[in-house]
Amino acid sequence: MKFVAVTSCPTGIAHTYMAAEALEQIGRAGGHEVVVETQGSIGTDAIDQSVIDAADGVIFAADLEVKGRERFAGKPTVDVGVKRAVHEPQKVLDEAIAAVESGVVTSAAASTSSGGSGPATKVDPGASTLSRVRQWLMTGVSYMIPFVAAGGILIALSFMLSQLAWGGADGAIEVTAVDAASVLANFDPTSLQHWCVVLLKTGQLAFGFLVPVLSGFIAYAIADRPGLVPGFVGGAAAGFVGAGFLGGLVTGFAAGFLALWISRWRVPKGVRGVMPVVVIPLLSSLGIGILMLVVLGRPIAALMDGLGTWLSSLSGGSIVLLGILLGAMMGFDLGGPINKVAYTFAVTGLATEGLAADAAQYKIMAAVMAAGMVAPLAMALATTVRKGLFTEIERENGKAAWLLGASFISEGAIPFAAADPWRVIVSSVVGSAATGGLVMAFGSTLVAPHGGIWVLPLIGSWLGFLAAVVVGTLITAAVVILLKTLRDRSAVRAQDVVAEGALVTA
Amino acid sequence: MTSQLITADLVAVNVSAADKGAVIDLLAQRLADAGRVTDAAAFAADVRAREAVTATGMPGAIGLPHAKSAAVLVPSLAVATVPDGVDFEGPDGAATLVFLIAAPAEGADEHLKILAKLARKLVSPAFTGAVRDAADAETVASVVTEAVA
Repeated sequence: MKFVAVTSCPTGIAHTYMAAEALEQIGRAGGHEVVVETQGSIGTDAIDQSVIDAADGVIFAADLEVKGRERFAGKPTVDVGVKRAVHEPQKVLDEAIAAVESGVVTSAAASTSSGGSGPATKVDPGASTLSRVRQWLMTGVSYMIPFVAAGGILIALSFMLSQLAWGGADGAIEVTAVDAASVLANFDPTSLQHWCVVLLKTGQLAFGFLVPVLSGFIAYAIADRPGLVPGFVGGAAAGFVGAGFLGGLVTGFAAGFLALWISRWRVPKGVRGVMPVVVIPLLSSLGIGILMLVVLGRPIAALMDGLGTWLSSLSGGSIVLLGILLGAMMGFDLGGPINKVAYTFAVTGLATEGLAADAAQYKIMAAVMAAGMVAPLAMALATTVRKGLFTEIERENGKAAWLLGASFISEGAIPFAAADPWRVIVSSVVGSAATGGLVMAFGSTLVAPHGGIWVLPLIGSWLGFLAAVVVGTLITAAVVILLKTLRDRSAVRAQDVVAEGALVTA
Repeated sequence: MTSQLITADLVAVNVSAADKGAVIDLLAQRLADAGRVTDAAAFAADVRAREAVTATGMPGAIGLPHAKSAAVLVPSLAVATVPDGVDFEGPDGAATLVFLIAAPAEGADEHLKILAKLARKLVSPAFTGAVRDAADAETVASVVTEAVA
């Protein structure tokens, strides 16, 4: 990896240079490149901006205020005292590597937006813009992942335990049919059913934060603190209008730049004090709210209506083609509007009265659930067989994704899709479509609206169902590995810093 | 005035000192005697003030007191070996090797550059080891002079 570092100390004659030497040496020993700017008594030998732009991460080993901090904005940063860099340079470097792998852009590195020192050079031409976009994205994703893991595993646990609590595969359906509020009002600590409801509700609440956290921390990475409020509000609005994580990506970027722009307004001195607390959050939240609720909300609703009507009109046609289409929709936005149309279409079908055991509605449900399991399972598989293509935090998330995928919790794949949308979505759509089509061809049926492998006893021709899931998973994993490998190859040629970081972790 | 950072008379071998203040005073006096520092007490006070910000003990049982001071005429280095150790609050115990760096308050860049070069050398165990292994004051001075040349 490539790092840039700044060292400084109170007198500027000893530790500044010792830290610089220690970091350069330890970097060389580990095969990394560390370029140090010593801000000492000789003055500052400023690092060329192109070197900073090309760096993967930043190390501040400075006891004094870093001069020209905004030059390093938007990169993963560790901020340690100068003494630590002298005493334990290896640990400092390890922390910096970890920071790059997690991709988190800390507030320390984010732009000094409140300083009023004029616009920092935020958007640079060429590759560095691309790498910043990815780092903004990764910031949001890395904060979101723990919510996915916590919420998803709680929900999966609830499904598992509810088999016991209700005595059979129906449990996973019963647990969602219960009214949580009334259970909690009469909570019985000895009732396993009640505990299942608590687990499920807690998991669902955690999931409620997915899109707001994603959106909020993308905005935070772009605009520092002023971005947080509009980012979170925008994410919640995206959830409200059913725009899913793709909507959250839109609000994250929009909120970040809106907040950044407002925070750079030249305002009278009297107003400056209330800018960060009142003006910026107020105006930016309003702007994002209008964008999501008014501008984007209606087209999304119209799109969902249109798709729903269209799906209904297809019901008479080829059932395999319908399976492929539904599968593709399930894999497209993982809980977003398109996915929801497909899922709602299937669940509404279940409610039809007097269905035969092999009714098309049951097959549609089976196809939809199988397809919805593919993306998280495939990401889990891909992170297992080709670790080098994923960041450390993605690999960790991959482990949870096995359980989430098996439980038909498509959200398990959202962190991957948000971090690298088009590659993950393309591969997810291809594999999920294959699974949807195969389930229809095998004629599997399902009478439950969710539950994953935990409702296997409720699936007719379950072998075919499982085979379809496995095939789709293999296809999606293979495609995503192929696309990511191609990215890394071309990126090395183009000296794209971001992709190179991913390679080094291989 | 010599442009050398260190001469043999700035090296004190086998010192025994009660605390770091005693070592600083001793080396400051050597610098004053050599005509590199105008006022040993004033310089020592500046060094103590720097120590008070953060102690300068380093990995490898090394003490690194230093200061920029108006009392300093020429950038200089004084060295003491302290077999029984003296506490500089370093990460691995009492310092047995002490480098005192004297930097003028205002100075030409090339003077300060030699100190920067010295500081970079100080993180090299090969360099500090060579100083420690040096048999006498002459050898210490020549090891340092060679290293920053």
